Amino acid sequence: MMNIPVLDPKGPIALAEMHVMVITVVLCAIVVIPVFFLLFYFAWRYRAGSPHASALHLPDWDHDNRAAEFSWWLVPTIIIVVLAIIAWQSTHALDPYKPLPGDVPAITVDVVALDWKWLFIYPAEGIASVNKVEFPAGTPVHFYLTADAPMNSFWIPALAGQIMVMPGMTTQLNVMADNPGTYNGMSANISGEGFSGMSFTAESVSQDDFDAWVASAKSGSTPLDRSSYAALSAPSSYLPVAYYGTIDNDLFDSILIKYMATSSSVGGMDMGMHMP
Amino acid sequence: MTFTHFIFGNLSFSALPENAIAWGGALTVIFGAVIVLALITFFNAWTWLWREWLTSLDPKRIGVMYILVSVVMFVRGLFDVGLMRVQQATSVGDAHGILTATHFQEIFSAHGSIMIFFVAMGFMFGIVNLVLPLQIGARDVAFPFLNSASFWLFCAGAALINLSLIVGDFSTAGWLSYPPLSELAYSPTSGVDYWIWSLQIAGIGSLLSGVNFLATIVKMRAKGMSYMKMPMFAWTVFGAMTLVVFAFPVLTVTLALLSLDRTLGMHFFTAAGGGNMMMYVNLIWAWGHPEVYILILPAFGIFSEVVSTFSGKKLAGYASMVYAIWAIVFLSWLVWLHHFFTMGAGADVNAFFGIMTAVIAIPTGVKIFNWLFTMYRGRIRFTSPMLWFMGFVVLFTLGGVAGVVLSEPVADYQLHNSLFLVAHFHTMIVSGVLFGYFAGVTYWFPKVTGFHLNERWGIRAFWLWLVGFILAFGPLYILGFMGATRRLDHYDPSMGWQGLFIVAAVGAFLIMLGFLCQIIQLVVSIRDRKLNPDTTGDPWYGRTLEWSMRSPAPEYNFAVLPEVTERDEFWVMKQAGTAHAAAPIYEDIAVPRNSGAGILIGAFAVVIGFGIIWHIWWLMIVGLIGVAACIIVRTFDEDTERVISASEVARIETMKTI
Repeated sequence: MMNIPVLDPKGPIALAEMHVMVITVVLCAIVVIPVFFLLFYFAWRYRAGSPHASALHLPDWDHDNRAAEFSWWLVPTIIIVVLAIIAWQSTHALDPYKPLPGDVPAITVDVVALDWKWLFIYPAEGIASVNKVEFPAGTPVHFYLTADAPMNSFWIPALAGQIMVMPGMTTQLNVMADNPGTYNGMSANISGEGFSGMSFTAESVSQDDFDAWVASAKSGSTPLDRSSYAALSAPSSYLPVAYYGTIDNDLFDSILIKYMATSSSVGGMDMGMHMP
Repeated sequence: MTFTHFIFGNLSFSALPENAIAWGGALTVIFGAVIVLALITFFNAWTWLWREWLTSLDPKRIGVMYILVSVVMFVRGLFDVGLMRVQQATSVGDAHGILTATHFQEIFSAHGSIMIFFVAMGFMFGIVNLVLPLQIGARDVAFPFLNSASFWLFCAGAALINLSLIVGDFSTAGWLSYPPLSELAYSPTSGVDYWIWSLQIAGIGSLLSGVNFLATIVKMRAKGMSYMKMPMFAWTVFGAMTLVVFAFPVLTVTLALLSLDRTLGMHFFTAAGGGNMMMYVNLIWAWGHPEVYILILPAFGIFSEVVSTFSGKKLAGYASMVYAIWAIVFLSWLVWLHHFFTMGAGADVNAFFGIMTAVIAIPTGVKIFNWLFTMYRGRIRFTSPMLWFMGFVVLFTLGGVAGVVLSEPVADYQLHNSLFLVAHFHTMIVSGVLFGYFAGVTYWFPKVTGFHLNERWGIRAFWLWLVGFILAFGPLYILGFMGATRRLDHYDPSMGWQGLFIVAAVGAFLIMLGFLCQIIQLVVSIRDRKLNPDTTGDPWYGRTLEWSMRSPAPEYNFAVLPEVTERDEFWVMKQAGTAHAAAPIYEDIAVPRNSGAGILIGAFAVVIGFGIIWHIWWLMIVGLIGVAACIIVRTFDEDTERVISASEVARIETMKTI
């Protein structure tokens, strides 16, 4: 059984995105099918040596048929106009920053891309996790993302398209899962040596299971503070899932702000010219 | 600064390769160079090589050299493919394949940089050099020496990128080396500097070539050849060179800014200190998207010539084709943001760039219809250039649909940087660009050499390329839907990707066999050249001026400069019976003298690049002085032309071929 998350979406965003792909392919087929037909039909019918090639050869036929030439411009143009309308509407409807409507209020998750793992901070719940993000099914999830690392791209293909994750900036992504399930997540933008080892798991569960998951994370003794964060943010990859029972509420902002400063000595940046 | 550091900069023994596979690459380069040098010496060919080729200002010679360098770089790019495909087919679960993550990243970065800058660009400029002056009825390009300098700067870039196999490493940040990953903080070794300076030097060569060919088209067309009478290939080159002239300065500046960040500690694109990495991404794609059309427009031109000639028909919808070219030239500047829809720009911005991207499909689709209706009521000869065209239409149309899908921003959110994207742009560049250049080389080969390429090996190569391509990239489309991102050196077996990666590796292997067939084709054709001569100069019953002269085309191209009255001038003359009619009156023809300054500029450019990459500042200054000296000495050289007497022209024109 092949797992094809982009074409087997598990949430409303990924589903709508797939619909746009399907409509686009169908509309393109209106041009592509005639092209393929004409290519092989003309190639066969007018091959040198065939009776048609001899009898019907018109070496100077250029564009006597204005209607035909006009239609080559017109048909693709009409299709592209339709696609443009779809593009405008879908891009606005599926803006990743736009909060999703839901029966229950959204939960907020702050995401930090590190070298090479994902840190998920739950400010309201007061917990944090590494390489695993869990949320209730049917509840909108609002991700705020930044990086303490080179640029990454945050992707859970079964639920929604990507958003880039950059140091010194935040981006946002809103997703929702229809039902409980487990989905693969990864970085889609090369970010250094351990890039292949920064996949994570996204899991949608029932509200009860989510509460239990939060409670179990809270019972852990490791706090997410400046020193444990420093240890976590050192380069490492293929990290197992880990939890933090308490969090430093200013941590996410401090990660963001340290890149915004204009002094040249911040952000762990070594400005000297050195070789390893 | 210590004395050693002054002399050697950052260079040390740790810059040598680290493991067996890296040593393999280094030794291949070294042995390859040694064998070539030994063969030249053995055959006592140095003088011949220097006089006839290395210092030649004849665009046809320069064109052949461009293509040969591209073929050599293509071999390296294909080696990279082999390593990547083996890695991704085997590095699953507990197995970690044959490469370290860093080495894998160097290889895909090198593969992309080499294939675009040193294969596609080289091939393109090679064919333009060979064909453009002939097609527009000119004896030369506008600035023959500049042309040689451009070529040698291209070679200097290629030399630097190969040097990185031996001394130091290469960028691990991808073929466009996005910051902040490519900044000193995350890429402290010389790799990104090699990337910057090999591209920078080759890019300056490309810019100068763009200026040169643009001037050639504008100023040197044959008498009577108004723009709307130009052959379609010349039109596409006109469009492409316009793009070169506007786009390459953007690349030059972008690379210079990144280099300032890395070398002098500035903060244009750094993560901290006020830099903005997205500025880089915008700039590099403001060059990068036009670059795609720089490569593909000349290929469209080649297909136009090929379809028209082998269908025995006028190109259908010439004016439409011209408008389509310029629509593409213009629109290619309005789409760069589609390379990063996922940046988080607002919906208005993304929708605008998405729509502009889809709009490009209109002129491109029109071109396809033009070609199809050129076949309509034709008399089609299925030579290998025509087969490349047929393969191109099938693959390019499908890849185009994938492109329209990606132009929808919300679809792109899902497919960006996935293997679907990788499959899409390889479909466009392999079927659009490479197939076109292959068709062009086969088509114009007799004009340049005086004999044909072996058709049987050409057809074998075509089928291996076509089947190999489908097997190599079909699975990548599916893998993209399965959530496989590009540039992974390792994945978990639970993803279920391995089978498709193995199929893709088999496809890549077939493509390599196809390329091998092309090498065999070249060798066999040279061996059998006396059996396949082009004695008429018009082997395909061609339509444009280049077929009106003997093959191989003489150094001065046209013994008597043509006057043009019609589009497809040579075809019209043949129909009217006026081709080769009057006995020509020959006169003296001035051609440019050889110059060694081009190759010296190239050599000093390597020195400059190497000096900056390793922070050996005295060496950089030596290189700069060298380049300046070459230019100044050349400027004062008044004796730059050599006259071929009328009697010599008459002798050459009546000489038997081969």
